Amino acid sequence: MIRLADVHKSFGSKRVLRGVDLFVERGTSMVIIGGSGTGKSVAIKTILGLVAPDAGTITVDGQETGTGDRDAFLARFGMLFQGAALFDSLPVWQNVAFRLLRGALKQPKDTARQIAIDKLRRVGLGADVADLYPAELSGGMQKRVGLARAIAAEPEIIFFDEPTTGLDPIMAGVINDLIREIVVEMGATAVTITHDMTSVRAIGDAVAMLHDGVIQWTGPVSQMDSCGDPYVDQFINGRAEGPIAAVR
Amino acid sequence: MGAIAHFLGALGRQIIGLLAATGRIALFTGQTLGHVVRPPFYIKEFLQAVLNIGYFSLPVVGLTAIFTGGALALQIYAGGARFNAEAVVPQIVAIGIVRELGPVLVGLMIAARVTSSIAAEIATMKVTEQIDALVTLSTHPMKYLTVPRVVAATLVVPLLVAIGDVIGVLGGYAVATGTLDFNPATYIRNTVDFLEMRDITSSLIKGAVFGCLAALMGCYFGMNSTRGAQGVGRATKSSVEATAVLILAANFALTGIFFSI
Repeated sequence: MIRLADVHKSFGSKRVLRGVDLFVERGTSMVIIGGSGTGKSVAIKTILGLVAPDAGTITVDGQETGTGDRDAFLARFGMLFQGAALFDSLPVWQNVAFRLLRGALKQPKDTARQIAIDKLRRVGLGADVADLYPAELSGGMQKRVGLARAIAAEPEIIFFDEPTTGLDPIMAGVINDLIREIVVEMGATAVTITHDMTSVRAIGDAVAMLHDGVIQWTGPVSQMDSCGDPYVDQFINGRAEGPIAAVR
Repeated sequence: MGAIAHFLGALGRQIIGLLAATGRIALFTGQTLGHVVRPPFYIKEFLQAVLNIGYFSLPVVGLTAIFTGGALALQIYAGGARFNAEAVVPQIVAIGIVRELGPVLVGLMIAARVTSSIAAEIATMKVTEQIDALVTLSTHPMKYLTVPRVVAATLVVPLLVAIGDVIGVLGGYAVATGTLDFNPATYIRNTVDFLEMRDITSSLIKGAVFGCLAALMGCYFGMNSTRGAQGVGRATKSSVEATAVLILAANFALTGIFFSI
């Protein structure tokens, strides 16, 4: 469904992506792992067109991204950002229903509000949260609202950027379970970026290890522990010794 | 020789940097104007911007204008007394406020209050990935954030200038009639008789240009801020500096256009 072929991206003299090749099958949950600053977020932002790749091709269902109707393309995606990226000036329900209040998917205000409340309920938040502002919520609640916003328009593809970063282990577990349930329930294709191995095992069907700007290894999560790849082995076991320099 | 080459190199880099920044701002302005005439239009965001830029700026505009008008009356009276021209206070206050001080001071107050706020808000949105989130939600950040603010400022700042002009003249009137023994009716008649239509027109046009510049700079520096709290701070500071300089430069140019013939 999503294919990245020889994707390169540099920022000034820093070469972040040096030929990324990755294929995500429809309906699967792919988790991209890798150390901080290895370009995981850049990789998914190139798919969405938030960052333009310097070279390489990215296709979704065979169609190259950046061609065709951009709004229709983006309408297929939902994204949960690392810090939730909620709009401070809007109450929670308007954040969740943002896409439903404007543009091609516009709904009557009451309908959009009801959908937002339903989605909030789906991620474990009550209707009383709907009229609060993001600044009034805890980090875990903001992530849930971000998740509700990501699924509000029933997208085919959902990206999760570091969904559990900054959360306590219990809240991280709750978010992991929610993501897994929602992806299965919606039949969506999911791409998650994380360096939290608990998330990898809870969310993923497949895993790809990004290091030095390329995918070092990719395969089913079930084979990750026995894959024999020294990069994956070092990363999942959190060892300082190995091919990945501890100080980068 | 090496020192001269080093100096010229540094100078050249500065000039190229300035030209590149000018080009980027021109491009940003062109893109904004392009989006102004193409749907979708975000009416709610426009009305919110009208409220923020216009209504909530009224206190600072009013206070600035009234004190400036009062001080101007005192200065002109004291200065005019040197050559027995105290009677020209109403005329000079009117022309000084309407032609120059009204639009410039309102413009600078808008730079301080609105440009800084726009730049900080948008820069924070960029730092916290809210701008990226807008894109993923099929919403063009320039249409949603820049266009409503620029259009609102362009339409509302002339009204603020008009209000500032009236309050500034009233400030001069209050001082002149309250402490300098001017006759109230004569003061008002002299003010009204002396002002020409082009004084008022130029004041309002200056207001529109200054408002447009103030919002554009806030949006430009916000959208182009770098990461982190320092990036937000730098964007805010740069936006106010650039707006203040551009307002004064535009004021000089517009004054030349309106009054040099």
